[in-house]
Amino acid sequence: MTDLLEPRAIGRPLERIEGRDKVRGLAPYAYEHPVSDPLYLHPVQATIARGRVVAIDTGGVAFPGVVAILTHENAPRLASDENRELWVLQSDEVHYRGQFVAAVIAETPEIAREAAGQVRVEYEQQAHDAELRPDRPDLVRPDKVNPSFDTDTQEGDVEAALATAAVRIDQTYTTPMEHNNPMEPHATIALWADDRLVLWDSTQSAHGVRKTMAAVCGLDPAQVRVISPHVGGGFGSKGTAHPHNALACLAALAVPGQPVKFALSRQQMFVVAGYRTPTVQRIRLGADADGRLTALAHDVVEQTSKVKEFAEQTAVASRIMYAAPNRRTSHRLAVLDVPVPSWMRAPGETPGMFAAEVALDELAVACGLDPIELRIRNDPESDPESGRPWSGRNLVGCLKEGARRFGWDVRDPKPGLRRLGDWLVGTGVASSTYPCYVFPGSKATIQYGTDQRYVVRIGAADIGTGAWTALTQIAADALGCPVEAVRLEIGDSDLPMATVAGGSSGISSWGSAIVAAATAFRERHGTDPGPGAREDAEITQPPASRTHALHSFGAQFAEVHVHADTGEIRVPRMLGVFSAGRIINPRTARSQFIGGMTMGLSMALHEESVMDARFGHVINHDLAGYHIAVNADVKDIDAVWLDEHDPHSNPMGSRGIGEIGIVGAAAAIANAVWHATGIRVRDLPITPDKVLS
Amino acid sequence: MDARVTLTVDGSRRELTVDTRTTLLDLLRDRLGAMAPKKGCDHGQCGACTVLIDGRRATTCLAFAVAHDGATVTTAQGLSNGAELHPVQQDFLDHDAFQCGYCTPGQICSAVGMIEEARAGHPSHVTRDLTGPVVLDDEEIRERMSGNLCRCGAYVNIVAAIRDVILKETPP
Ligand code: FES
Ligand code: FES
Repeated sequence: MTDLLEPRAIGRPLERIEGRDKVRGLAPYAYEHPVSDPLYLHPVQATIARGRVVAIDTGGVAFPGVVAILTHENAPRLASDENRELWVLQSDEVHYRGQFVAAVIAETPEIAREAAGQVRVEYEQQAHDAELRPDRPDLVRPDKVNPSFDTDTQEGDVEAALATAAVRIDQTYTTPMEHNNPMEPHATIALWADDRLVLWDSTQSAHGVRKTMAAVCGLDPAQVRVISPHVGGGFGSKGTAHPHNALACLAALAVPGQPVKFALSRQQMFVVAGYRTPTVQRIRLGADADGRLTALAHDVVEQTSKVKEFAEQTAVASRIMYAAPNRRTSHRLAVLDVPVPSWMRAPGETPGMFAAEVALDELAVACGLDPIELRIRNDPESDPESGRPWSGRNLVGCLKEGARRFGWDVRDPKPGLRRLGDWLVGTGVASSTYPCYVFPGSKATIQYGTDQRYVVRIGAADIGTGAWTALTQIAADALGCPVEAVRLEIGDSDLPMATVAGGSSGISSWGSAIVAAATAFRERHGTDPGPGAREDAEITQPPASRTHALHSFGAQFAEVHVHADTGEIRVPRMLGVFSAGRIINPRTARSQFIGGMTMGLSMALHEESVMDARFGHVINHDLAGYHIAVNADVKDIDAVWLDEHDPHSNPMGSRGIGEIGIVGAAAAIANAVWHATGIRVRDLPITPDKVLS
Repeated sequence: MDARVTLTVDGSRRELTVDTRTTLLDLLRDRLGAMAPKKGCDHGQCGACTVLIDGRRATTCLAFAVAHDGATVTTAQGLSNGAELHPVQQDFLDHDAFQCGYCTPGQICSAVGMIEEARAGHPSHVTRDLTGPVVLDDEEIRERMSGNLCRCGAYVNIVAAIRDVILKETPP
């Protein structure tokens, strides 16, 4: 058990602290920080997927306004190639199409871009391999899957249980390559002056980028400062440094004393900023005649890059979801000449739960059971994997509350029966889950100011999550003061260490540090501190329980309309019910939940990065070709949550909510499409051609 | 090639020499430091760079600065009067119609322009009666706001905010 804060500010729907600045466009994002006399960088990208650069001709580039041209031959030397993705302009090797092979620094963006277009690069092209197929003989078993889960698990005898099961499902599901596409393109302003490197960067982790770039550049971390008070979305792609960070640092080192601005174009983001791997997932389920699972196997094939391994943990959620006594999960990788996949909102859970929750719907149909009832029958009393008790597993509560609000009880389970004019109507349900991560290492400082406010400092990030507001609320409750008496400072690596805004861990990790600092502050300075009184605290051990399994759960409901003649699919209604511990700020929390569900709708119906394996290139690399849900695609989406707190997670009783909203959403829609049409679509996205065939 | 342009941006007259390849968006951001319009795609595909040019909404990444000599540009910053928010900004705040805020200035300019278009009787793809006055119901709002992408997925709240603005403006 953790000592829980008494919630006073926590739980109130406070308006976003930075909201007034954001609606006027005054909150500065990375590229927007005022710097004097900046230079502009435009990169040159490889036009082959594998090979070597044999010659670079910059003869045509010598026109006014060009300050420097960087290539692997003249760029400053980096210190560490531990992360090969960041080994930018250090060798002649080309590992994927679009890799940076040169860059122009110029006085204006127009000149930089024109000049980059004049750089002539000659290659020695080698045969590349960019095709993900599950039947490849050279699939690789990674040592771990992200971040450090076992690659494979096995319990009992799946084959034997399947052989004797009364009901069996054996299907393959696929999810495509998807790109995070935050609205703010990744951007960095880099300045090397007085032996210090300052980066105004769009990142989910100022401290992470500082540490990484210091190592890459061979600098002491104290020489590097990363500033990012506002971040225009990230969804994982800004969780770690990418090649543009290295290139910006190289440019700064090449032109000391002058700030260099580098914003990725939307097209460049499809190469160097990470993406969700495509997946091929075989799911086998065995159940007795009552729908009780006897066997569950989830075997995944996905891709990684030759230049750096990233293994998505796609099947991990299947290890904890349902109580099958015989279980196995596995992950295999095709290692390709492609850009490096990375985190995208709920990596693992998002693609994995699409497959698993559609499979469960298929099992419900095969057993003649209501899909909610099937899930209730298989709800495990303790974590099937570790055997630990749940800190709070309220999936059944979510399903029941959702069923009541959504009007599930009047549903006729038979598919293809309901019509509204030319539209076929169906409803679907799926479960959602996400682990509660609390990372060690965050530090917070609290200082009492002459203005009689408490300055709370921590190098955390707000990427649209509402962290500015939620952390202020937590600090107020931890100090026992009104929120107006707290002045929060985040988004700067000169502030105390904060772990990444990733894995839905931000509020849990940073909030715990703030609570620890506040407790120490009150112990030392009492309730009537003098100006300048100060205390700090670090979270070395996460407060989260080791005796309990900590996971959030949810139930996703969707209604879909499918046009009988054109196959057009609309989603008039979605409802999410979540069990995620205590909700710090209901206003921003609802936005996060419905934002995640909206991204899930987008995943279900629109998103697909189309890789042309002949060239190793995503052909629809902009927002006209890569569709994300627009306003007209979304109608009624609502999210509610169960009123609860988790006594085992952290002093706030919260579990993190940034990712769970997307998990299961696409499955609920796919299941509703089946209910509307009788057609089972197992390959995302669900486009009209798939329901017309 | 360079050219002289004169613009009124958020109430101040600005005169400058620009590379003729400079977009209005880059002029605003890189030359004038007016950062309220955002660059999300530079291809007219996201709406983040939306401002009002002579009162009409426009994507500034698709506009060359030289082609707008003499224009009056209003960004989201110029919609407010210092700390006093424009009613659309206030409703975006009240409805939490954003998360990261990067699409927001564009959404807000777009909403202001869109309400005017409807008032002037411009029909949209979903307008049923092409001759009568336009009623901005939710379907019309969604359709007309679909040029402004929001990756954070704030659409539900954006529609609620704009609906509220329209309700408040409609005489009972
Ligand atoms: S930046 Fe102009 S529409 Fe995207
Ligand atoms: S609020 Fe983040 S993109 Fe709209």
